[in-house]
This record gives sequence, structure tokens and C-alpha cells, in this order.
Amino acid sequence: MIPLSNFLILGAVLFSISIAGMFLNRKNILILLMCIELMLLAVNINFIAFSHYLNDMAGQVFVFFILTVAAAEAAIGLAILVVLFRNRRTINVQDLDEMRG
Amino acid sequence: MTETIMSDISRALPEIFLLVAAFSVLLLDLFLSKSMKIVTFLLAQLSLLTTAWLVYNRMGVESIATSATVNNVESVQYALAFSNMYIKDALSDLLKIAMLLIGSAGFIYTRQYLRDRNMFSGEYYALVLFAILGMMIMVSANSMLLIYLGLELLSLSMYALVALQRNNGRASEAAMKYFVLGAIASGMLLYGMSIIYGLSGHLDLTGIAEYVKSSGMTKAGSFDLGLLLGLSFILVGLGFKLGVAPFHMWIPDVYDGAPTAVTQLIGTIPKLAAFGMVFRLLVEGLGDMQTSWQQILILLAVLSLAIGNIIAIAQTNLKRMLAYSTIAHMGFVAMGILAGSNMGYSATLFYTIVYALTALGGFAVIMMLSRKGYEADQLSDLKGLSQRHPWMAFMMMIILFSMAGVPPTVGFYAKMMVIQSVVDANLAWLAVYAVILSVVGAYYYLRAIKIMYFDKADTETTQAETGHKIGLDSHILLSANGLSLLALGIMPGALMATCVAVINVTMK
Repeated sequence: MIPLSNFLILGAVLFSISIAGMFLNRKNILILLMCIELMLLAVNINFIAFSHYLNDMAGQVFVFFILTVAAAEAAIGLAILVVLFRNRRTINVQDLDEMRG
Repeated sequence: MTETIMSDISRALPEIFLLVAAFSVLLLDLFLSKSMKIVTFLLAQLSLLTTAWLVYNRMGVESIATSATVNNVESVQYALAFSNMYIKDALSDLLKIAMLLIGSAGFIYTRQYLRDRNMFSGEYYALVLFAILGMMIMVSANSMLLIYLGLELLSLSMYALVALQRNNGRASEAAMKYFVLGAIASGMLLYGMSIIYGLSGHLDLTGIAEYVKSSGMTKAGSFDLGLLLGLSFILVGLGFKLGVAPFHMWIPDVYDGAPTAVTQLIGTIPKLAAFGMVFRLLVEGLGDMQTSWQQILILLAVLSLAIGNIIAIAQTNLKRMLAYSTIAHMGFVAMGILAGSNMGYSATLFYTIVYALTALGGFAVIMMLSRKGYEADQLSDLKGLSQRHPWMAFMMMIILFSMAGVPPTVGFYAKMMVIQSVVDANLAWLAVYAVILSVVGAYYYLRAIKIMYFDKADTETTQAETGHKIGLDSHILLSANGLSLLALGIMPGALMATCVAVINVTMK
């Protein structure tokens, strides 16, 4: 049996990769959206692992809801991206600087 | 079985009604021509008011019910529904009524503005109704799952609302920033929730509270790394949603870029929902870890007060200035919560409601001064307002005084109660700090008043304004709004007593 800590470490590593990706990435908004998705998946691994080791179904139900919301979130994020591209003709993170201060 | 379902439905009836109403508005709008959109507006307005009536009508009705899930021991009055996921108590009722009434006032203020900008459409009203539904769920949640779902329903509607003006580059840039930062915040909150779930084995806040109590975190000097890790992630998520420094980066850009109608919505009701969420998670769920989260909240409050009040001085854009003022106000909200006493929570509840009312009026003035193709969002647009619209200038003066905390407006009383509760919590240095920064903050509110009353209007502003009609309904509502701030400041007793009673009943 794989110990719980292995799953938690995997979740933590994925979570850290997603955070690092957001701060290191200075180019493309699409990569930001991918990092957000990865972050939610890291949380899902946590929930499923806990749910399995606690013998409690609630955590797995939570994961279903997170997946559904993540899909809706991605849809809205991409829609905003399309609107932004139409207005600005760029999806470069550094070009989003019209508002400052 | 059927009985439980029926009683569950009757407890959540306001939410269910609002859901059905939002769908009806969305569907009916498809069959209405462009000139008939007023029907959508009226229907949305009616939905909000009916929901508010439903909430009001059912206040305390549970104390006579005899279901197994109802606890009517002495003054304790709350009812659970849907397998203990949903809670209906005095706090949720009060917050819901405040949110619905402010939402309905917002509809009246925004009507003309939306019309001028081709946004007077069914999408706007349906999205606002869904956002308010999400906030009602947030304040009524007794489970982390429901808190998350309500929060996402609110956030997703808000992202779409900010980007609603499709050809507006600034708005879509603001929406993108809001989306990315909001999604990160949700991710952080969820990660914290997963840790708390793993440790306690519960998603419902009652179970979590029991676990925290048994873990011995109440004793000073005890240390549970897992719980602290979960708590920190949850606090980061809450900080983002509340908009306290150092998680405030999205606020100025979103307030500035979004259409003012949406800014008004973001700046008012979600603050009430955020207070509800913070109260449920920190006080009801993790209340026994108060010594731990108090330290973090002190840091957040200190930073928010400094950043909000000092950076606002440098702003020339009125919406941006109000955004930084929001950050400072949220610092006060964090201060009231960290006091950790019933008095502190009541003061915060009072503060949040009053702030929502004040911000409602402030953004309304910006909208009333704007006209087709022109946003009056610069401080210089206020020049000579006292000559152009003396009554509106007077109302704006009351609103700005209330934000600055000048007696006899209600902002003074609200700030005083929060500071009082902080002093009672033996944090006098924090109270002194807050007062000093409020004085710093008063500078930029007073500057706006000076611009309104002592600067001459540009001739072009006056010329462009001729022929611009402001609806009578907005005028009446603004007068009521401004005068209510004055009336509440002179007689805060009734609302404050309600807040104290609500918190005392909720704190079991």
C-alpha cells in the first residue's frame, strides 16, 4: 500500500509547480490558464487521497464539484481571453499594462 | 423522508426562488425586443424584492418547527438543511436582506447608465441575479463545499460582468486580471480546505470546529503544523476575496477598468458576502484557533490601512481612489474580526453594512455625472459640482465624510465601534495606528470635497453637460441614500442593536 504522504507530496509538488509557473511565466496568458488548471488538479489529488485514507466519500464528491467548476472557469477564462485578443491583438502578459498606479 | 425534503426546501426557499427567477429572466429576455428591455429590468427588480420579502417573512420561523435538526434550546435559533450543508440563522437572514436591498437599489442607479452604453440587456440582469444567489449561498453555508460553490458562482458571474462591454479594451484587461488573480485565490482557498478536511475528516464547519477544539489548539503555546498550514492557505484565499493588502492587487485595476455599474456592484454587496464567509470559516469553523489567525489578521490590517490610505492620495482617478479607500476600509473589517469578541463581530457587521451603503452612493454619483460616451471618473470631473448640482454635491459630501469618518455621519460611529472593540482586545497600539492612518486618509476625501465646492467648473464640462438629464428615480434614491448615512450617524442605536443581537444569537 502506498502511504498517504506520497500522495500529499505529489499534490504539494504539483501545487508548487503551478505557482512557480505563474510567477516565472512572463509571456503567455494561456500558460497562466494552464497553471490555474494544474493548481485545481493538485487540490483534487489531495482531496482524493484524504478521502481514500479516511474512508469518507465526501472528499470525492468535492472533487466532482471542483472538476465541474474548473470546466466552467476555463470556459469563462478563454472567453475573456478571446475578447481581450480582439481588443488588443496580443495575449502577452507584459502588454496588460494600460492601468497602473 | 419526504418531510425532511419539504422542510429542507422551505428553509432554502429564498435561494430556490431566486434561482428560478434568474432562469426566468434569462429565458424571457430572449422573447423581448430591444425597446421592451424595461420588462427585464422590472422582473429582475421584482425577483430581488420578492426574495428579500421571503427572507424577511421566514426570520425566526424555525423556532416553532419541531424537526429533529432544529435546535430551539433557549435563545439559540438556527436550522440546518440538506444534510447539515446549509444553515439558516439570524446572521444569514440579516446579511441576505441587506444584500438584496442594496442589489435592488443598485438596479435603480444603473438603469440609465446601462442604457447609454448598450448594456441594458438580459445578460446583465441574469448575471447579477446569479452573483447575488452565489453570495446568499456563501453566507448560508455550513460546509466548505457550499462556501466554495457559492464563492465560484459569485466570482464567475463577476468575471463575465466585468468583461460585458466587449469592445472596451480596458474592461477586458481588467477582467483578465480579475480572473487570473481570483482563480489563484480560489486555488489557495481550496488547498487550505483540503488540508483541513484531511486532518479533521469533516467538510461541515461544525465537525471542523469540534476537531479543532479536541486538537488542543485553544491552549496558548500549542502548535499543530497541519492546521496552521491549512489556516494560512485559507487566509490567503480569504484575503484575496476580501481585498486586504498584500492581496489587493486586483482591486484598483478592476474598479478602474470595469464599467461603473459593475464597479458599484463589486464594491458593495460582495463585501457583505466576504464578511459572511470569513465569519463562517474563521469564527464558526476555526474559532478555537483564534490566537493563530489573530496574528495574521493584525498583519493584514496594518498593511491594508497603510497601503489603502497612503496610495489613495496619489490617485487622480476617482474610481481608483475609491478602490484604495476600499482596501483601507477592508483593513478596518479585518481589525474588527481579529478583536475576536462578540462586540468586535457586531461592530464589523455594522461597519460592513454601512460601508456597502456608502460605497453604493459614491459610485452612484460617478454614474449620474457620466453620460453617453463619457465617463466622469476623474477627480477633475467633480470641479464646481456645487454650482452645477448643489444637492448632488451635498449628498456626495455626506458620502465622503462618512467614508472619512467625520461625525455626525455614520462612518464615524462605525469606525469608533471597531476601534473600541480593538482596544477591548488589549491592542491599543493597533487602535492608535488605525486612527493615525484614518487622519491620513481624511486628506484625500477632503480634497475631493474641496474640488467640488471651491474649484470652478471648466467651461467645456458645463457645455457638454447641458442636455444631459439625470433620472428622477436616481435623484430620489441618492437623497435617501445620503440622508440615511446622516440619520444612521445621529441615531445608530437601532441598527447597532440589531447587529449585536444577531451576533449574540449566532455565536451560540
